[in-house]
Amino acid sequence: MEVIMEALPALGDAWSLILQPIVLGYLVLGVVMGLCIGVFPGLGGIAGLSLLLPFMFGMDPILGLALMVGMVAVVPTSDTFASVLMGIPGSSASQATVLDGFPMAKRGQAARALSAAFASSLFGGLVGAAFLTVFILIARPVVLEFRTPELLMITIFGLSMVGILAGRVAIKGIVAAGLGMLIGTIGEGASSGDLRMSSYDFPYLTDGLKLVIVGLGIFAIPEIISLLRQDRAISREPQLGGGWLDGVRDWFANIWLSVRCSIIGVIVGVIPGLGGSVVDWIAYGHAVQTTKDKSNFGKGEVRGVIGPESSNNAKEGGGLVPTLLFGIPGSGSMAIFIGAIALLGSGQIEVGPAMLQNNLDITYSIVWLLALANVVGTVICIAASGGIAKLTTIRFALLAPFLFMIISFAAFQSGQNLMDLVALLGIGFLGIMMRRFDWSRPAFLIGFVLATPAENYANQAVQIAASRFRKSFGEGIDYIFSPIVIILLIITIVSVVLGLRQAKNILAEGDVNSGSKRAPLVFLLLVTGYIAYAFYDAASIPSYSRDRVFPMFVGAVCLVGCAVLIIRMMLKPETDAIFADREREGEDADATHGLWPTLAWFMGLLVLTALLGFILALGVFLFCFMKFRAGVSSRFAAIYTAAGIAFMCGMAWLLNRDFPPGLLQEYTDLPWPFG
Amino acid sequence: MSTFKTTRRVATGLVAAATATFALQVNAGGHGIDLEGKTVEWIIPFSETGGSAKWANFYAPLLSEALPGQPTVVVKFMPGAGSTKGANFFQDQTYDDGTLIFGSSGSTQFPYLLGDPRVKFEYADWNVVLASGTGGVAYLPPELAAKMDGMDATPLQGEDFIYGNQGATRLDLVPTLAWEMLGLNVESVMGIKGRGDGRLMFERGEANIDYQTSSSYLSGVAPLVEAGTAVPMMTWGALDDDGNIVRDPTFPDIPTFKEVCEATPACETSGEKWDAWKAFFIAGFPAQKMVFLPQGATPDAIATYTAAFEAVKARPDFAEISGARLGKYPQMTGPAAETAKASATQVTPEAKAFIVNWLQDKYGVSLN
Repeated sequence: MEVIMEALPALGDAWSLILQPIVLGYLVLGVVMGLCIGVFPGLGGIAGLSLLLPFMFGMDPILGLALMVGMVAVVPTSDTFASVLMGIPGSSASQATVLDGFPMAKRGQAARALSAAFASSLFGGLVGAAFLTVFILIARPVVLEFRTPELLMITIFGLSMVGILAGRVAIKGIVAAGLGMLIGTIGEGASSGDLRMSSYDFPYLTDGLKLVIVGLGIFAIPEIISLLRQDRAISREPQLGGGWLDGVRDWFANIWLSVRCSIIGVIVGVIPGLGGSVVDWIAYGHAVQTTKDKSNFGKGEVRGVIGPESSNNAKEGGGLVPTLLFGIPGSGSMAIFIGAIALLGSGQIEVGPAMLQNNLDITYSIVWLLALANVVGTVICIAASGGIAKLTTIRFALLAPFLFMIISFAAFQSGQNLMDLVALLGIGFLGIMMRRFDWSRPAFLIGFVLATPAENYANQAVQIAASRFRKSFGEGIDYIFSPIVIILLIITIVSVVLGLRQAKNILAEGDVNSGSKRAPLVFLLLVTGYIAYAFYDAASIPSYSRDRVFPMFVGAVCLVGCAVLIIRMMLKPETDAIFADREREGEDADATHGLWPTLAWFMGLLVLTALLGFILALGVFLFCFMKFRAGVSSRFAAIYTAAGIAFMCGMAWLLNRDFPPGLLQEYTDLPWPFG
Repeated sequence: MSTFKTTRRVATGLVAAATATFALQVNAGGHGIDLEGKTVEWIIPFSETGGSAKWANFYAPLLSEALPGQPTVVVKFMPGAGSTKGANFFQDQTYDDGTLIFGSSGSTQFPYLLGDPRVKFEYADWNVVLASGTGGVAYLPPELAAKMDGMDATPLQGEDFIYGNQGATRLDLVPTLAWEMLGLNVESVMGIKGRGDGRLMFERGEANIDYQTSSSYLSGVAPLVEAGTAVPMMTWGALDDDGNIVRDPTFPDIPTFKEVCEATPACETSGEKWDAWKAFFIAGFPAQKMVFLPQGATPDAIATYTAAFEAVKARPDFAEISGARLGKYPQMTGPAAETAKASATQVTPEAKAFIVNWLQDKYGVSLN
């Protein structure tokens, strides 16, 4: 009671702070900027906040907060555009939205998918804020109950979603997830800094591959190439069905799913250390498990959009708890947010344990600014969705070069290295092959995202538990098997059992026909070869280092899986599901253009970039592509090229970024942006 | 990596006229460079989210105001390879027009001192214009702190300690070596992403010994001390003008490691172990963060930047605005910064050899 009596006046103060016209004005300004940046895949809160930072010094705290919170809040809303319309995961928060959102767009229901997503985002944001208003008062002790074993268990629960998304051949899904994990372990180990699958002679890989690159490569590139080969618009229907009202109705019909997923979002967001990367998968898994007719998942089931989108905005609210109460950022953008708060005013707001005592009104202002920003952002997005959805009726050849330009730029931002583009293309090729042979790409991505937390928490939990066991057996058991761990363990087991039983019905990537034996077998052997080498590489790390344990364990499990798959391939006839191959029949087989000539265009962009630098290469690429592949007039191609380059330069200038240089730049001195 | 070079050149190109003016002024005035209309790029070899980002973001707007011509100062992040990527890049740059500066940190200094194979930079080539110090505080849970016999840590020698460690070769080697010298049995749990995670581990009761740099201690641990869930154990201390370790001015009531070591029979404040600890403490804390101009910088440029940082320090509100963000530590310029740089980037071969061996024995980390 006492706590609530203290909280109410603070809540009142917070509202009187927020409801000033100038504060609302700054909030709207932040929202609009956030939407403009969030629309582009790979650019999220970090890029946006960095843009605002120089203005934060000495700014009136509440105005600065309104501006920053407005910007951060709407990124998970606006990135839905890329996920639904183009099949590009805009940020880690909207990976799962791609699975059903993009098929809906292909069926001509982009506007419906978007507005269902936005309505869910809005609702999730509001539920999150309401929940936080009460929860934040008691959050500290609750959060401290989540120790390393609990964090490991949540990570394992996230990994168990692979069971649902494994596809028709469950072992293939598990091997895909394992491959994702092995790729996630590339680079310096966290424990003693031993290198996995990399060397200091080739420094790029020692930092590991970034999520932006893997996400774009595994999802976006295969979809873009596939659409381009078919040479049509994204939407198969020339007439767009399903207006924005339908989407809102869909959301309302599934409001309880939305409530549950919002709560999942807040809770996972509250726990420091996991961030947003698992929450959309858990929500997607929940949506699948609670739907009676699962046959539509992966083909455009609206519940598959509502679940993840409800959770990802709620997660932003939850993420405020570790940020404000512990001073520990839940994500990259929250880390900048903490830094920026210190710059506001005279630095009187200090995030950390004292936030609730000294600045409860500010804390509440942030929570409700976030909710309000969600409302403003959603209204703008819904209003825009009908118009933007028309993009799906444009011939794709006209959009594709623009998309390649954007994702190349986004990929380059992660390491500021030409190798970023090579890695993007490499992972993209893997994605194309996985899509072709019906290996679960969502499973791969979940494995990649969770590899680092799984490895770290496992190593740490083992080490701490060992120390407890040395003290006494009881202390060790208490540490490992806390009530939270046991509950999570039960949920995980139930979810895996149910998931595997249902997985055959859930074709996250649609139906695929089987064909000849050779191509699928060759791909499987290549995957097996990589896994075997990764295992060997990890095994050659000295045995006292913990950095070898996780990749060796994952590698061993995968090798067993690969062996089972190889045996099955030898025994089964070529019509078996294990030989799924998209090139045999269906859209890809009937495509106008072949895979290699289409891919060659983008290899060309890469090679040209290595020679001429990004901007010059882009100019040549855009013009040639438009002229020769899309077959438009030279004049149109020239205008398109100029517009593309102007856009790119504008973005880079605004965000103070550079472009990948090439050989030419080594020897000559060219003015920006060519140099 | 020539992208950065070229951006800088663009800035030059765009303001050719201003450059002409500046050349005239130099001839007339004799010293100082004018940066009017230019953009100064401040390279930070870490991501946007770390402590160095906080430090640079604090200084950037102040520096912009204080430099002649009020250039725009932008902080450019270039993370990778534990900051050696950005430092190697900076090594390849030569002085052009004073629009490129670099911010290094203890995490850049340590790999350099330890001979990390990735290090291709040389501090001696660079020109320091600012050195910012900090301190560190170790703390314990109350029940363990109560076991200390005054400043004598001997009663703690039988305890099992767990510490969340960011990496054997990072700044964390200063506290871990100090605890080892006191005879404490501290097990490092690796894979912590930042000191904040280490503090969280302490708060969750998984770790039972921890340290934070001063500003994080003030914001994150001081409230725990007030609430009675943490007790400060010792600071690493601060250096006086003669290079002696004295009490940390931010925490005058907390004893230094030196005092605790003197009071603990197992610990010695002389000998190679102590010398190695002190050398790496000096490299990691009293001159933790430094601002450099690239090799070949003109005396004019160095004087201009030094004067600008002096002007920032002389602001009447500097104590107030920097206190919360940087702690009460010396922000050194001119000869003081030179001295700080020298002490932070030079250790005796004995100290280096000791630490390299110690890392090999204790963690199996090989630096060759």
